[in-house]
Amino acid sequence: MDFLRPLTWAEALEMKAERPDATPIQGGTDVMVEINLDKGRPTALLDLAAVAELAEWTRDNGTVRLGAGVSYTRLIAELAGDLPGLAQASRTVGSPQIRNRGTVAGNLGAASPAGDSHPPLLATGAEVEAESVRGSRMIAITDFYRGVKRNALEPDELIRAVRIPVATGPQYFSKIGTRNAMVIAVSSFAIAFDGRRVGTGIGSAAPTPRRAPEAEAFLESALDWSGPLDADVARRFGELVRDAAAPIDDVRGTRDYRLHSLAVMARRTLTWAWEDHLRCA
Amino acid sequence: MGASVLRPDGALKVSGEFAYSSDLWLDGMLWGATLRSPHPSAWIRSIDIGPALAMPGVYAVLTHEDVPGEKFYGLENKDQPVLAIDQVRYQGEPVALVAADHPETARRAADAIVVTYGEREAVTDPRVALERRMLVRHQPVRVGSTFSADVVVTGEYEVGMQDQAFLGPESGLAVPAEDGGVDLYIATQWLHVDQGQVAPCLGLPPEKVRLTLAGVGGAFGAREDLSMQIHASMLALRTGKPVKMVYGREESFFGHVHRHPAWMRYEHGATLDGRLVYVKAEILLDGGAYTSSSPAVVGNAASLGVGPYEVDNVHIDAYGTFTNNPPCGAMRGFGAVQACYAYESQMDRLAAACGLTPVEIRIRNAVSQGSRLATGQVVDTPAPLAEMLRDLDAMPLPESVSRDLRDLPGGVGQTTHGDGVRRGVGYGVGIKNICFSEGFDDYSTARVRVELLGGEPHVLVHTAAAEVGQGLVIIQAQIARTELGIDHVTVAPADTQVGSSGSSSASRQSYVTGGAVKTACEAVRERIEKDGRPLEVILQDGPIEETREYRHRRTFPMDPVTGQGDSHTQLALCVHRAVVDVDVELGLVKVVELAAVQDVGKILNPLALEGQIHGGTAQGLGLALMEEIQVRDGKVLNPSFTDYLIPTILDMPPMQLKILENPDPNAPYGLRGAGEPPTLSSTPAIAAAVRNATGLPLSRVPIRPQDIALA
Ligand SMILES: Cc1cc2nc3c(=O)[nH]c(=O)nc-3n(C[C@H](O)[C@H](O)[C@H](O)COP(=O)(O)OP(=O)(O)OC[C@H]3O[C@@H](n4cnc5c(N)ncnc54)[C@H](O)[C@@H]3O)c2cc1C
Repeated sequence: MDFLRPLTWAEALEMKAERPDATPIQGGTDVMVEINLDKGRPTALLDLAAVAELAEWTRDNGTVRLGAGVSYTRLIAELAGDLPGLAQASRTVGSPQIRNRGTVAGNLGAASPAGDSHPPLLATGAEVEAESVRGSRMIAITDFYRGVKRNALEPDELIRAVRIPVATGPQYFSKIGTRNAMVIAVSSFAIAFDGRRVGTGIGSAAPTPRRAPEAEAFLESALDWSGPLDADVARRFGELVRDAAAPIDDVRGTRDYRLHSLAVMARRTLTWAWEDHLRCA
Repeated sequence: MGASVLRPDGALKVSGEFAYSSDLWLDGMLWGATLRSPHPSAWIRSIDIGPALAMPGVYAVLTHEDVPGEKFYGLENKDQPVLAIDQVRYQGEPVALVAADHPETARRAADAIVVTYGEREAVTDPRVALERRMLVRHQPVRVGSTFSADVVVTGEYEVGMQDQAFLGPESGLAVPAEDGGVDLYIATQWLHVDQGQVAPCLGLPPEKVRLTLAGVGGAFGAREDLSMQIHASMLALRTGKPVKMVYGREESFFGHVHRHPAWMRYEHGATLDGRLVYVKAEILLDGGAYTSSSPAVVGNAASLGVGPYEVDNVHIDAYGTFTNNPPCGAMRGFGAVQACYAYESQMDRLAAACGLTPVEIRIRNAVSQGSRLATGQVVDTPAPLAEMLRDLDAMPLPESVSRDLRDLPGGVGQTTHGDGVRRGVGYGVGIKNICFSEGFDDYSTARVRVELLGGEPHVLVHTAAAEVGQGLVIIQAQIARTELGIDHVTVAPADTQVGSSGSSSASRQSYVTGGAVKTACEAVRERIEKDGRPLEVILQDGPIEETREYRHRRTFPMDPVTGQGDSHTQLALCVHRAVVDVDVELGLVKVVELAAVQDVGKILNPLALEGQIHGGTAQGLGLALMEEIQVRDGKVLNPSFTDYLIPTILDMPPMQLKILENPDPNAPYGLRGAGEPPTLSSTPAIAAAVRNATGLPLSRVPIRPQDIALA
């Protein structure tokens, strides 16, 4: 196995262009597990840890540009105000050790349907900044997930950053696990209010993370923004989120439970977001 | 004695500096790997080791044909092949071995071995096995003849397959010796029983198989059966080189036995005021492919099947089955755990039927000194169960629902801000036999030596007892210090150069090895006192050394038809109260508090003891809410810590403890074994609390979110 260690972003892109077979490694919390389990030994590792510019984030024009090397721990400490939904999701990832190393970019690279950052990225309409020696492009988050553990990156591309709109309204992330910490999601859900638009994201309940467009559209027409939340609206929203999912039975949970829990999480998070909305209004 | 003396391995373990068996290293050593069966049941048509042998770096590839001595081994019955012969009976059964100069080479070479299997029907439903009488043991208990009553409650209960989930996987180092024997450094629970099984399979006399305990990363019963002991030794003898074997986490799930899953049907009859008239029970425990310790597990489930309650009419049938499921054997609580969940669930049903509180129904039926157990055995030492329940009931209840996510069901997953959360309280009571039962010659050996080192008297305590994390290493030193009044005490590494100490299981080592150390110290003291001169002067003539064996009171077999007999030597009680918050809509549970009262006879080391009670309680919490090896058609679906969940610090709540010291006059210092009882009673207490919060019957553990949310 070759071990490539670029020191700059330009060098990283060149190496990736030369060796499209190389597996990028950031925090390594997915990559090293696979290697330890002897699952698909990579021919080469491209270690991005020394690329200093990746470990930075900036805020510009209402958008956070989150470098691919920013750990969950830093995101929680530094960006909980700007990106509350993503910070809440980050807080549920693994253990402190995993959060110290793991990154949102790594979560996107792995593209597991159970990855915790995906629902808030979907709910906020984030974009993935992908780059290669050929140039840079923005991939809308809804176009990024292409199948179980598959994403839209070309073989020579790397994730430079993720662009996430700074929150303008309440956001919530909710995740079911069968223990109270350090657990892979059985199902998860994120909601984000942006003006009068409501974004959603569903995790662990379909081959890829996905939005619930009908539920979003329903809310936009059914919500009375000045008054209390109608319980029927909240319940219907939950049902529409549930209907957007296509989960399976597996060792972590049953299809029926996943559907049920999504309806509950969607209703509850909407209720909490509404309370915040009324408080701020 | 009685002080919280710190154990020597404690800080090392916490700081990551302790040397576990997986850290063993010798220059020039080889690495062993095991090829295992992918099928729960199959004929082996052929094994081609050629491709593995051809790989560079491979030193040996062995199959059953290479086993030098006896081809079978086992704890109670030698029915398990060292390596599969012509057929495999469970997924994960060892088929072939490889030694290579690198662990990955060894693993790849194992994968390169070509085995042709002919799959055949696997029996994986223990109820089918019972119908076909594929039984490892059937133990009835028959007392009295009145099986009708004013109040009758029935229930069917199920317990999933729990794993010991120790953190240090199976590992050891076998070093070939000049005398043709082997020195084995190994993490195990009982060196001599390993030696007794390894030597015949190697075709060696026992004295040529010398075992030394290596650092043990937890055991909980999973190291009672052999794992890689014979395999590593075979590879070492064949190659003439030291061979190390370390299972990975996934392999570990296939490399040891698990707790028997159970299917139980109970019927309790009582008077209108809640006094038990009779108990009928059928207890089915699936032992999987080989005998392991299933007979003794079945014995415990039968003899303790009604719990610590007085009842004159008992009709129990406890069965252990053979199937093609993973072998099951010893795990903390050993047969008493499964029954406890069922009989305690029944006591709650009975309480409801009689209009009594859970505490009151238990007090009305509680055993006490002088009571007769279902086996006819009289409880002849203190058993203040009613008093323990009253103490427990009097403990203050924790505060109401907190708002911090970490205190709510679902934790930081933020599934609730209090929405749908209901509080429940439940009680559980358990009774566990301490030490080996049913006529087993259960003893321990200790050698104690006093000598002058640097002009000062030093004590060396040498036993073969395995420190598996329970803290025996410090208890032995405390006993020697107390008995001899000498400060400098060293506990020698455990090995087979001294007589057997028996197993570090059945909560027995403080009792039996503690007793042996005490007795050997007394013998040394006697010599010193007889001599009459000051100790320093006596020791100028040379060291004083005494070796003693210690046996607990004799026990007797259970009658095979009636189950009667004084089968246990000591019985221990623990009671738990669980307070839970349940998100009834999502089925998620937060255990808010666990309170326990346990009678340990005599506290030797409060810190170590509390650790045992906390740990045992946590393991019971795991069984109540999350720990289960999921097996479908004989195959394990979740052999990893990603999907076999054990409680984290955020799942385990603070505990209130009350520890009683009613001495057992038969035991050294009056002590009572303490490690297992809390594992029994915490599970039913938590299950009861969840029922109390939800109003659901919940007749299966672990309780899964869907069992609540979709009920
Ligand atoms: C014990 C444990 C617990 C865990 N718990 C959770 C959890 O609760 N929730 C959760 O979502 N995940 C969890 N994970 C998985 C993992 O921590 C996350 O997916 C994390 O986000 C991965 O980040 P990383 O930087 O470590 O990625 P890496 O392991 O370095 O990489 C992951 C993938 O992304 C690719 N990649 C990395 N950087 C780039 C880049 N710049 N451009 C293109 N591709 C890239 C890699 O090639 C690889 O395919 C857990 C893992 C462990 C070991």
